[in-house]
Amino acid sequence: MKKFDTKVQHLKYLALREVAKLAWNGTLAREAIGIPERIIPGNQPTMRCCVYKERAIIAERVKLAMGGDRSNPNVIEVIGLACDECPMGGYEVSSACRGCLAHRCEDVCRRGAITFNQKREARIDKTRCVECGQCAKVCPYGAILNYTRPCERSCKAKAIRVGEDKVARIDGGKCVACGACVYQCPWGAIMDKSYILDVVDLLKDAVSGAGRKVYAVVAPSISSQFTYAKLGQVVAGLKRLGFHTVVEAALGADMVAMSESRELAKKGMLLSSCCPAFVSYVRKHFPALETRLSQSLSPAATISRYIKSVDPAAKTVFIGPCTAKKAEYSDTPAAEFVDSTLTFEELQALFDSREIDINALEEDVLDNASYYGRIFARSGGLSDALAQGLRESGLDDFELRAFPCDGIEEFRVALQRLSRNTLDANFIEGMACVGGCIGGAGCLTHGEKNKLEVDKYGREALEKTIGDAVRVLPESVTLGKSGIF
Amino acid sequence: MLKLSVCIGSSCHIKGSRHVVEDLQYLISAHNLQELVELSGTFCMGKCQQGVCVTVDDALSTVSPDTVNAFFEKEVLAKVV
Repeated sequence: MKKFDTKVQHLKYLALREVAKLAWNGTLAREAIGIPERIIPGNQPTMRCCVYKERAIIAERVKLAMGGDRSNPNVIEVIGLACDECPMGGYEVSSACRGCLAHRCEDVCRRGAITFNQKREARIDKTRCVECGQCAKVCPYGAILNYTRPCERSCKAKAIRVGEDKVARIDGGKCVACGACVYQCPWGAIMDKSYILDVVDLLKDAVSGAGRKVYAVVAPSISSQFTYAKLGQVVAGLKRLGFHTVVEAALGADMVAMSESRELAKKGMLLSSCCPAFVSYVRKHFPALETRLSQSLSPAATISRYIKSVDPAAKTVFIGPCTAKKAEYSDTPAAEFVDSTLTFEELQALFDSREIDINALEEDVLDNASYYGRIFARSGGLSDALAQGLRESGLDDFELRAFPCDGIEEFRVALQRLSRNTLDANFIEGMACVGGCIGGAGCLTHGEKNKLEVDKYGREALEKTIGDAVRVLPESVTLGKSGIF
Repeated sequence: MLKLSVCIGSSCHIKGSRHVVEDLQYLISAHNLQELVELSGTFCMGKCQQGVCVTVDDALSTVSPDTVNAFFEKEVLAKVV
């Protein structure tokens, strides 16, 4: 049974699982120090130079699993010890160059940066090269390689640079906590802080009867995760962990679709506010456009606010694919409504820390939201939902010209054009992860089929319209009158 | 003000809580009781076997789309009119 895409995820999971296990037992303070040796036993290294380094890195993962460096406000942290200081020379000619006659590389280079040695092999003059990459594209042997760090390449917010010690550094002023680097670093040297201990505390309290009910608010992308079991079994597993009940964040998405479509019709131009990494990107990279952001809370915060309005003592935990949500619920006003955040990776660790085999559980049910709320999880879904919201609100006259942006690079271009007033659209749907939330860094798996799974889950919704799903919710909630952004 | 809460949690939802909500909304406005009855949706009351769960103030009733009329007359109309 394959639960994760990579071994890096598996190592992170082991640290999370062991931390959670000890937390349930109440022995974490005493026994945390023994976790690295439990995960890396013996004296034969399998990943690094020696077992001692391997254990030292696990100890860093344990720290992050326990909440990480609280003095660093960013939820994404570099594990300096694990950074392999990858080469980063940019374009270079490898030994695959055969010194051919055509010299397409030389022809295409506008800077005259290609020279040849006595064996006619190409060399790149770094004083002239501007790293445009044309030579690599035309080489018939693919002999020209681009040595950039996977972390830097993955970071479309351009927040990663290299420190003097060659270890990666994250610039908090630019980082939007999307987590792309966490998933892309082949050494697992960048990790998201975990709040799994806060969740264990909430659940322990709730189970003991002394505490308050804990509501799990799950993101619709859950339908593409835990593929080894049925969705109903995941719900049953959550209740076994001690959650009082499981509510779809997608119902919050229905509420947002309703309020955002009306807000759009009123203002005439809007940037979506569902994706916390997009919101953060607008604020940090295009502050002049901040006023264009929708006033709606994100779907998970919207539904959590509603839960707290009907059960004021409730505690809510958002469970999703997203590392940026951890930032949203720790350093924005939405933190008032969402008490803690877990990723799907962390949920898997939590199940296993209690030895809950969800495959063995009877299926429970999960059904609150409409088709439209559920397809928020994939790129383009929000724009579809907004069009529906306009129709259902009787605002058919308003012509929606949506610009769905799949990933940071797409919305950077859209925001630049909006700044210059050359964008032919009145709504930008910004999703930082390529593919939408299903491409999130906290997903267990990132597969081609995930979009199909989300669409299928959407079609299974009993409610076919947004209005049906939000029928009983008071207008003050659906219209987000106390919007706080 | 009579407080009427219908469970819109997953289990009750599948048993038809939306129809119960729709009918109650209709009945409340048909009898002009908007000022006297507050209808809201809530999540799991922990009595899924007895769903669709509806509370009138804090007393729990089991209602289905078929029994909603009778429920309304007995538990709501009788109390506010």
